[in-house]
Parts: sequence; C-alpha cells; structure tokens
Amino acid sequence: MTTLLTHTYWMTNRRLKVLIKQPAFVVIMLVQPAIWLFLFGNLFRRVVELPGFGGGDYLDYIVPGVVAMTAVSSSMWSGMGVLEEIERGTMNRLLTTPVARGAIMNALVMEQVLSLTVQVAAVILLGLAAGASYPGGVAGLLVLLIAALLLGTVFSALSNTVGMLARQRETIIGINTMLLLPLTFLSSAFMASSLMPSWMRTIADWNPVNWALDAARAAMTASPDWGVVLSRGAWLLGLAVVMLVLSTRTFRAYQKSV
Amino acid sequence: MSDAVTAEELRKSYPGGVRALDGLTLTVRAGEVFGLLGPNGAGKSSTVKILTTLARPDSGRATVAGHDVLRHPERVRREIGVVPQRSALDPMASGRDNLTLQGRIFGVRGKALTRRVDELLDRFGLAEAAGRTVRGWSGGMQRRLDVALALVHKPGVLFLDEPTTGLDPEGRAEMWTEIGRLAADESMAILLTTHYLDEADRLAGRLAIVDGGKIVTEGTPEQLKGELRGDAVHLELRQPPDEPRARQAISHVAGLREVALEGRTLSARADDGAAAVPAALAALESAGIGVATVTVARPSLDDVYLRHAGRRFAA
Ligand SMILES: Nc1ncnc2c1ncn2[C@@H]1O[C@H](COP(=O)(O)OP(=O)(O)OP(=O)(O)O)[C@@H](O)[C@H]1O
Ligand SMILES: [Mg+2]
Repeated sequence: MTTLLTHTYWMTNRRLKVLIKQPAFVVIMLVQPAIWLFLFGNLFRRVVELPGFGGGDYLDYIVPGVVAMTAVSSSMWSGMGVLEEIERGTMNRLLTTPVARGAIMNALVMEQVLSLTVQVAAVILLGLAAGASYPGGVAGLLVLLIAALLLGTVFSALSNTVGMLARQRETIIGINTMLLLPLTFLSSAFMASSLMPSWMRTIADWNPVNWALDAARAAMTASPDWGVVLSRGAWLLGLAVVMLVLSTRTFRAYQKSV
Repeated sequence: MSDAVTAEELRKSYPGGVRALDGLTLTVRAGEVFGLLGPNGAGKSSTVKILTTLARPDSGRATVAGHDVLRHPERVRREIGVVPQRSALDPMASGRDNLTLQGRIFGVRGKALTRRVDELLDRFGLAEAAGRTVRGWSGGMQRRLDVALALVHKPGVLFLDEPTTGLDPEGRAEMWTEIGRLAADESMAILLTTHYLDEADRLAGRLAIVDGGKIVTEGTPEQLKGELRGDAVHLELRQPPDEPRARQAISHVAGLREVALEGRTLSARADDGAAAVPAALAALESAGIGVATVTVARPSLDDVYLRHAGRRFAA
C-alpha cells in the first residue's frame, strides 16, 4: 500500500512536470469553463422564471453545472495519456520495472484531479466576480470541489480503461463526443430536474453527473441537507473506486496483446 | 551457480493468429553474453517481452535470475534491466530526470541516487546534455540513455533488444565496448538480440539463431562457423560418373572432406579450397572423369545464418 502511494506520487510528479511545460494547454484548460459560464449564463438566464424552477438567480444555479460539465469534459480525455505512454514505449518500459501497476493509472487520474482543482477554483472565482452568491459558504464550495473531483476520477479512470483496451484515439474521441452532452443534459446541470420529462428524470437518477450535482446543490444552500450530500458522495466514491480498480485490471488484457 | 535465464518451450500467438513463438527453448548462463540472432519477425522481441514479464506466453516456462516469470514477475522485475527495441524515454523530461525517476522506482534514494545518476551520465558521455530535454537529443544519445536507464539499479540480468540499431558505425563501436565491459567487469548476464552478424560474433560468448519462433541452432560463434569449417568446393562433372570410381579417385586428394555426389555434382569441404582444387582436378582427370566447372566459397556466420534461417541475411 505504501508502495502504491509513493509510486503514485512519483508517477504523478513525472506527469505534472510535463504538464507545466505546456502553458498554452493550461490557458485553454481555464478558458473553456469560463466560456461555458458566460454562454450558458446568458443564454438560459430567464429559465429561472419558468414555473416550477424555484426562482433564484440562474448564475448561482449554473456554477455547479459548469463545474460538473468541466469535470466530465476534461477528465474524459485522460485515456489520451495512456495512448501517449503506449506509443512512446514508456508504458512498456515502466511495466518491466517494479513500479506498482496501479500507480501508472492513478498518476493519470491524479493529473486530471489536480488540474480539475484549478479549473473548479477558477469557475468559483469567476462566478463570484460575476455576482454569484454561495449561501452554503466554504463548506458548500468544498463539497462542490470534492464532488467534482470524484466525478473527474470516475471519468478519467473510465477513459484510461478505454485507452488500454481499445488503444485507438478514434475510440476515445467517439465515446467522448457521444457521451458529453447526454451526460450533461440528463442531469440538473443547467435545468432543474423537476422540469424534465419523467423518463429523463429516471435516467438522470442513474447519472453520476447528477449525483455530483445533487450533493453539491444540497450542500451549497443556506440550510444544507447533509443526508443527500453523504449518500450521493458515497455512491460517487464507490463508483470511483470501482473504476480505478477496473482501469488497473486492464493490464492483464494488455499483457496478452503487447 | 544457477542459470541467469531459462526458457522452455515458449509458445505465443497474437490475436489475429500470428504465431510469434513456437516452442522456443534457451538458456543463458550466469555471467555470459548470449546472442539471439534472427530475421525480422523471427520472435526475438517476443522472447524478450516474455522474459521481462511484459507479455505472457500461451504456454511454456521461463525463469530469470532463478524466479519464475509467470509466478513471481515482481521478483524478476527487481533483477533485470531492459533496453527495448524501440527507444522508450520521457521526451519532455531531461536526461537526468529520466534517470532519477528510474532510480526511484527501484528504491535508490538520496545521495546514492545522485551518485549513480552522475556516474552513468559520465560513463555514457551524456553529462553535458544531462539538463536538456531528451526530445532534442540525437538518436545515438537517446539510445545510450536507454541503456543507462536499464543499469540504474545494477541489475543482475540485462536484456538488450537490438541495442545498436540506428547507431552510426562509431556509435556502434562505442556501444560494443560498453557492453563488453558490462559483461567483463560487472559479470552481468546479458541476453542480446541483434540483426548484425558481426555484433553477435564480437560480443556473444554463445549465440542462437531463431527463426519461425524457435531456435534452429545454437553454440559459440566458433562452433557454428566450425560446423561449416572449410571452403565449400563444388565440381560440376561433364557426365554422371561411375560413383565408386569417382569416390575412389577423389579419396586420394588430401584435405577434402564430406564428399557428396549427386547426379553430376560433386561437392566437398576443404580447409583451403584453392589448394585442393588442382589436386582434385588432376585426380579426376587421371581417372577419366571430365570436369566442366569448379566453384569455391568461403564460410562465414552468414553461411551459418543462411543454412539455418534458410535465407540470406540482409541488414
Ligand atoms: N503486439 C503484436 N501484435 C500482433 N502481432 C505481433 C505483435 N508483436 C509481434 N507480433 C508478430 O509476432 C511475430 C514475431 O515478432 P517479434 O517482434 O518477436 O520479431 P523480431 O524477431 O523481434 O523481429 P524484428 O527483427 O523485426 O524486431 C511477427 O510476425 C510479428 O508481426
Ligand atoms: Mg524485434
């Protein structure tokens, strides 16, 4: 276990050193959620007036929505890192050393989680600058962050699994393009669940993006519902662990085809 | 002392039905350089991948440094250094970072790590470039770093998959010196795959020729060349001779061995073909057997290769 942790640390360190050498990428990473916040914030501003939405300020409403969408859309490219390692031969070199197999996968997830933390902070601050209010205070924002990171872990590990098994960029691109919008719009990211058709709401109940949003929204109100926060948080955590284990299992299949 | 590497009846097919290994068996003894020679697609890299725990065979057994590669891969990994066929560096990291990380993975820490990294950078002539990202290095420098990476933790068994492919003649010569030194000074067992006959001849104490996923012949370079010792002499006769008569005539010629007669072709081996030919011609002539053409060919590892891998070697 300590081996897994130290190795994850060194492997993450290795990837971050490369990440910070690409300033253009870091900028794009921050600009994208800002654009979404601006676009959705203005486009849908008046949906709060719909009967049943519950009123309030739409900007307050979509900060968690943009955070969740960012978490999914950034993390789902994680598998590209897997392909890069395979193509460079570094994956094979690492696999002939005693490095913990899990650490190779975890490092790719950690890379996403750390950059996602920066993104989430940026969205929160941008929202604040634009006049959003966070009645749940620091505790609420912390829950938002943690929910986003768990969501990021789920999709990063999923993407890594796809990368290891399919070993093709096209597959990752295809899956991401197919999944991002349905995942986002089959959740309360930009529209209150109560206004969805009932079949959509049923699907949304199974959508991990919606779990993250339920938890974040429950914690970000003036009187948080900690029961919802904990239950959704536990589901997310469980799914994240399953995905991480699954991604590490793919080394067995990889060994057959290498 | 136990063998450094043993492989028994390794078989491996890839998805899609390519049979890469078809019952490959080999042994690398402690402290020796063992050369694995073979044409493209023979199964050299597949063998290395299995022995280095990267791939799993469909069947067969293998041990490295006394550990079973299937049952205790993690023990094997501690004992081996691997230079893969294709360079495998972190292109965005510096040479020093590449080495340092590799050392950390093997649990080398602190001052010992710094010392080891400096030592390797020096030894492979990379000290000056050490701080620059590897992406900008020449192919030769990158290849030397590949080898340095494999040595950080002072492995007992080293796998070199075509270590000199892509190097210029000078780079190859340097790499040979270094490999020779590793084997001599650090008594490392080395399994080396190569396309170059001269490389195998120069470095390997023993070598095996692999083709179609199995070993077709094995021995010291001298033994293998010795199997074909002497020049090949071919005499094309004017007409099919009376066999006992021809044999009788040729048996008096000193230095001719392995005489074979097939139709009008009489072939034999001779330590010195050029010297044996006049005597053979005279002996046949005096027995009334006319000779149409004569050819003499010298042996080389190339012939060994040709004979066993069944095709001429083209590097
Ligand atoms: N990952 C793979 N997937 C499918 N087929 C493979 C794979 N790796 C190797 N092969 C096939 O297995 C056979 C043996 O390949 P291998 O790489 O072991 O040969 P080699 O002796 O190293 O050749 P070379 O001198 O070209 O490096 C080849 O036919 C090759 O095409
Ligand atoms: Mg090869």
